[in-house]
Amino acid sequence: MSDALHHAEHHHQSGISAFIKRWFFSTNHKDIGSMYLWFSLIMWLTGGFMAMLIRAELFQPGARILEPEFFNQMVTMHGLIMIFGAIMPAFSGLANWMIPMMIGAPDMAMPRMNNFAFWLLPVAGIILISTLFMEGSAPNFGWTMYAPLSTTYGPPSTDYLIIAIHLMGLSSIMGSINIIVTVLNLRAPGMKMMKMPMFCWSWLITAFLLIAVMPVLAGTVTMMLMDRHFGTSFFNAAGGGDPLLYQHLFWFFGHPEVYIVILPAFGVISQIIPTFSRKKLFGYSFMVYATAGIAFLSFLVWAHHMFVTGVPLAAELFFMYTTMLIAVPTGVKIFNWVSTMFRGALTFETPMLFAIAFVILFTIGGFTGIMLAMVPADFQYQDTYFVVGHFHYVLVPGSIFSMIAAIYYWLPKWTGYMYNETLGKWHFWLSAISVNLNFFPMHFLGLAGMPRRIPDYALQFADFNMVASIGAFMFGLAQLLFVYNIIQTIRGKRRKHATAQVWEGAEGLEWTLSSPPPHHSFTTPPVIKD
Amino acid sequence: MVTQTSIKKRNRRLLIGLSLGVVAMFGFGFAMVPLYTLMCKTLGLNGKYTNGVVAKADTVDNNRVVTVEFLATKNNGLPWDFYPTVNKVEVHPGENKLMDYYAKNNSNRTMTVQAVPSISPSQATSYVKKTECFCFTQQTFKAGEGREMPVLFHLDANLPKNINTITLSYTMFDTANVGKTVSKPTGRIQ
Repeated sequence: MSDALHHAEHHHQSGISAFIKRWFFSTNHKDIGSMYLWFSLIMWLTGGFMAMLIRAELFQPGARILEPEFFNQMVTMHGLIMIFGAIMPAFSGLANWMIPMMIGAPDMAMPRMNNFAFWLLPVAGIILISTLFMEGSAPNFGWTMYAPLSTTYGPPSTDYLIIAIHLMGLSSIMGSINIIVTVLNLRAPGMKMMKMPMFCWSWLITAFLLIAVMPVLAGTVTMMLMDRHFGTSFFNAAGGGDPLLYQHLFWFFGHPEVYIVILPAFGVISQIIPTFSRKKLFGYSFMVYATAGIAFLSFLVWAHHMFVTGVPLAAELFFMYTTMLIAVPTGVKIFNWVSTMFRGALTFETPMLFAIAFVILFTIGGFTGIMLAMVPADFQYQDTYFVVGHFHYVLVPGSIFSMIAAIYYWLPKWTGYMYNETLGKWHFWLSAISVNLNFFPMHFLGLAGMPRRIPDYALQFADFNMVASIGAFMFGLAQLLFVYNIIQTIRGKRRKHATAQVWEGAEGLEWTLSSPPPHHSFTTPPVIKD
Repeated sequence: MVTQTSIKKRNRRLLIGLSLGVVAMFGFGFAMVPLYTLMCKTLGLNGKYTNGVVAKADTVDNNRVVTVEFLATKNNGLPWDFYPTVNKVEVHPGENKLMDYYAKNNSNRTMTVQAVPSISPSQATSYVKKTECFCFTQQTFKAGEGREMPVLFHLDANLPKNINTITLSYTMFDTANVGKTVSKPTGRIQ
């Protein structure tokens, strides 16, 4: 009955002011979750278009299409947009949509702060993209923003980048505080910590990581701003500072950041695999401890990004071993996913296909990570395409595949309609093939010595680069199927209605709600059976 | 059953606690700056050394000869001459050695520079003891002025046995450039 009331409330106004009230001022976790996801989709397509330009330039040797200066800007902006604009907001969107429904809460703990946290993002996104149209150039020093490239030599637009990073950092800090408070204080009676869905656990731990390292990044870019304009010398050797300090500070943020963009993915996969295996998640408590272990270790490995900067041997050994140690909890997770599937009644709907591809391809990315962790090998691999291959394997078939799987998995719940399964399967196979075509040859290129972030290359690298570019174009086009499928599902024309449970093997509170769920769910806490 | 107000209170308490955590981590980033310098200097990492009072060398190890090489770099195309008067010297650990760097200001204005030292290999850093060095202070040169600047140093007798060559490098910075961004060519192919 209350649903009908709310429905009436939302429909009696019309026109632009109603639209603005409905979305701009919304404090509803589902609305804000949707807005996060739309924002992330737009940024993903923008960053993806930049990737297409980069691959077009590298299709053949010789600087043919882009000016080298513009190529550098594309590489920088692609990285920044994908990490801060696409992946992080996408997982925030999932958290907003799912966490209250999964723990039986009526909404996020601080709805108005939630609204503010989201609306900082489009502002930051516009500031970031506006640098492309500024005099001088957009930031052109790589997403890592190393000093002195970003301080002494940075173009004027660097200041706008710094402000954008401050805003995005503020947004994710507020989002994280909200998630922690919601998970700790708003669980329905009987929802004990160790009974929470894995997705909530992995986001809780991610939120703590964000709170710990986002302020450090904010401090670092503040120092950068001060070096640029206020005469300080944090990173300037001439004034007694040290450019190497920048790298230490950046990677103290940067490595936990790597886990910030992968732990929620682990959470998603831990939801999907049990559903389509029709079994409980194998070794739940080990999954929780492994996630916490990865988060803890992520603070002790940052200098593995700096093996060739002349850090002392003892530090190289320390950071090499701690880095390799991360393979243990990560291995536990992979093992548990495989064990969940073992002797399960498997079916292969699109979310499950993406989840299985995630497990396999993320593991490849993990293995190349161990190769890079070895100090003597890293001396050879660093700054080559091997590194590019490695982190794209953990980010694209890793984070992005888990994101796609999550959308297919929960879209019927959100919209009340089933997506087109045939189109979904096409999307999966095209993506899975092209992603490997795109990124696997990069390992060979790197081993053969092709450097990163250069718009041209020697002739012997031509074949593999062309293969990679073809893979990239295929991958880019395949995503249009995904976008089409999403939009058609939301519109719901000629689509099957989804049941409340949607998937036969789905378990958890979110599946007890109708599809689509009422605007305000769990206004009275649900009863949780053992 | 928890009441609505007690949940609000708990939320508030958690919000304040977490916000304090955020502020603390922001401060931690800045605290890293002095900590980093301190760590590098005490452990002799990154070629940094302490400028503290250096005890006179007592024992001279005449059985050992170590080559010390000298390098000079001018930052950002400084319009100066800057080079060591000798490229390398051979010293016994513990023995005091005096050598000179020559610098000349070729610009038409008075300039103040700071030389920043670095020692390689970094394991040797804490064993190079300087009693006098032009890098201890900023140096002001009038237009066209040139002079020799001394470095008085010795190597600690406990220098690890496997180190036979040490490189002492100085980079000269124009102190007026600190805190300024450099306009750079766009790199476009015309």
